[in-house]
Amino acid sequence: MTNNSSLVRVKNLKIGLEDGTELVKGINFSMGHERVALVGESGSGKSLTARSLMGLLPGSLLVQANQFELLGETVLSYSQRQWNKLRGKQVAMVLQDPKYALNPTQNIGRQVAESLVLHQSLAKKIRIEKVEYMLDAVGLPNPAQLCKMYPHQLSGGMGQRVMLAMALINDPQFLIADEPTSALDHAVRDQVLELISSLVEERNMGLLLISHDLQQVADHCERVLVMYQGQLIDQLAASELSNASHPYTKTLWSCRPNIDKRGEALPILDRKQIASLTGGAVR
Amino acid sequence: MNLIELNQVSISHVQGSERNTVVHDVSLTVKAGECFGLVGPSGCGKSTLLWALAGLNPNWSGSINMLGQPLTAGKVFSGDLRRRVQMVFQDPYASLHPKHRLRRALSEPLKLLGYQDIDDRLSEGFKQVGLAENMIDRYPHQLSGGQRQRVAIIRALLLEPKLLLLDEPTSALDMSVQAEILNLLNDLKEKRDLTMVMVSHDPEVVDYMCDHAVTMKAGRIDTEKFYN
Ligand SMILES: Nc1ncnc2c1ncn2[C@@H]1O[C@H](COP(=O)(O)OP(=O)(O)OP(=O)(O)O)[C@@H](O)[C@H]1O
Ligand SMILES: Nc1ncnc2c1ncn2[C@@H]1O[C@H](COP(=O)(O)OP(=O)(O)OP(=O)(O)O)[C@@H](O)[C@H]1O
Ligand SMILES: [Mg+2]
Ligand SMILES: [Mg+2]
Repeated sequence: MTNNSSLVRVKNLKIGLEDGTELVKGINFSMGHERVALVGESGSGKSLTARSLMGLLPGSLLVQANQFELLGETVLSYSQRQWNKLRGKQVAMVLQDPKYALNPTQNIGRQVAESLVLHQSLAKKIRIEKVEYMLDAVGLPNPAQLCKMYPHQLSGGMGQRVMLAMALINDPQFLIADEPTSALDHAVRDQVLELISSLVEERNMGLLLISHDLQQVADHCERVLVMYQGQLIDQLAASELSNASHPYTKTLWSCRPNIDKRGEALPILDRKQIASLTGGAVR
Repeated sequence: MNLIELNQVSISHVQGSERNTVVHDVSLTVKAGECFGLVGPSGCGKSTLLWALAGLNPNWSGSINMLGQPLTAGKVFSGDLRRRVQMVFQDPYASLHPKHRLRRALSEPLKLLGYQDIDDRLSEGFKQVGLAENMIDRYPHQLSGGQRQRVAIIRALLLEPKLLLLDEPTSALDMSVQAEILNLLNDLKEKRDLTMVMVSHDPEVVDYMCDHAVTMKAGRIDTEKFYN
């Protein structure tokens, strides 16, 4: 795959319920080997959009699109079998709820190794080494000991990093990370993002990062897509976040709490104003 | 008045014959009406401490006094304490039965306590956290991550606690919804004299919300800070 070939190309993507309710309302975007952030209001459709790109939507949701390409392949009508070949290997995803995504009955070592077993045939010793290397790389202490633990024995931030290790272990070309650091303190968060960024660089990967942390997005991504109520309402360069012109993007950037705002209510969104805008601003 | 007093408290995770002590000799007090912050690196023992304060981990030693009542290690909370102390778990799935619709999951504890106008209270709760009322009849997995987290907050608030234990309560929320939730909590603090213990990895949230905070490090209290 060449440097500037496209990883994702989506036209008029709609995700809806059987009763006709649209959750994602016809969005267009494409990305190549770059770092793109997907931000926006809670419930706006970020996770559904991401999951559709991994063939991971529940069967009760319907996907439609005029174009829906991943790594140059039209994947809209992929079977589970075709997805299983792709997922965890060329493309990988870190899901939003780590504990829910881990199997409670299997130890961590086995779960992290699982996708290696599925996609690569390595000697056991090398496999173990690789698992421990990956756990160490995401900043987890004592990998060998951690391998013997079960999901319920992990703290929130540990579970999140285990998920990331699982996603990265097969050197994917395209990584989707859905809030991969929301349970981490700033020091570890930056370490994990540095790791992801350097892998993206080294391996010429693509990254779609879903995050609520706009500062993090500004520091680690090149481009930002902004969703609001199922629509893609703004796209901008990450470096432009601090002087965004769209009122919603502006609010997101400016309503961070801080010590100077103690005792005052935080500014909140003027939904009416945004609603009056989104009619026209859909791309 | 102090709502929480811990003296030399150590807390362990016990599994079979294995005992892993992860919180060591913690002493602290939380005053009524205060927002108390608990911060520190991943894995340092914040959730472990919160679970013990909620009466959910019996494996502790030292002395704990909650809402003026001394606790006995190994005993679960009963009666008034069980209602007066509510927790918002770090994992929003933890407090929601996966096979029950939200309406059922949220109304059952209210029924047990003899509340009458339950449906009205649920609607009001959903409104307070910015969720559409028609979500009440969904299952937990049919929500987005941040919507689930807000439902976990409603669940805890519906029981009108005196003390609210919040474990990363806004980690799954975008900044503008987080602002709405923080405003709501501050409102309840003022109007209902709600006391909070809040775990957060975001120093700006702690600076904005808390009157008093401690930083933990490897299971011990490292530093303490008072805001005024
Ligand atoms: N299985 C489902 N059935 C019905 N509605 C669903 C289902 N899954 C998600 N939704 C709805 O679709 C919308 C988009 O959900 P999605 O999970 O993509 O949001 P999100 O942008 O990731 O939000 P968050 O930041 O809170 O995680 C939400 O309003 C949610 O309630
Ligand atoms: N059920 C359990 N059994 C054994 N060990 C556990 C259990 N739960 C947590 N631990 C361990 O206790 C330590 C503290 O975990 P805790 O969940 O309290 O951390 P935390 O400060 O909340 O971290 P985070 O910010 O990542 O959520 C960790 O080393 C963790 O592995
Ligand atoms: Mg989501
Ligand atoms: Mg925790």
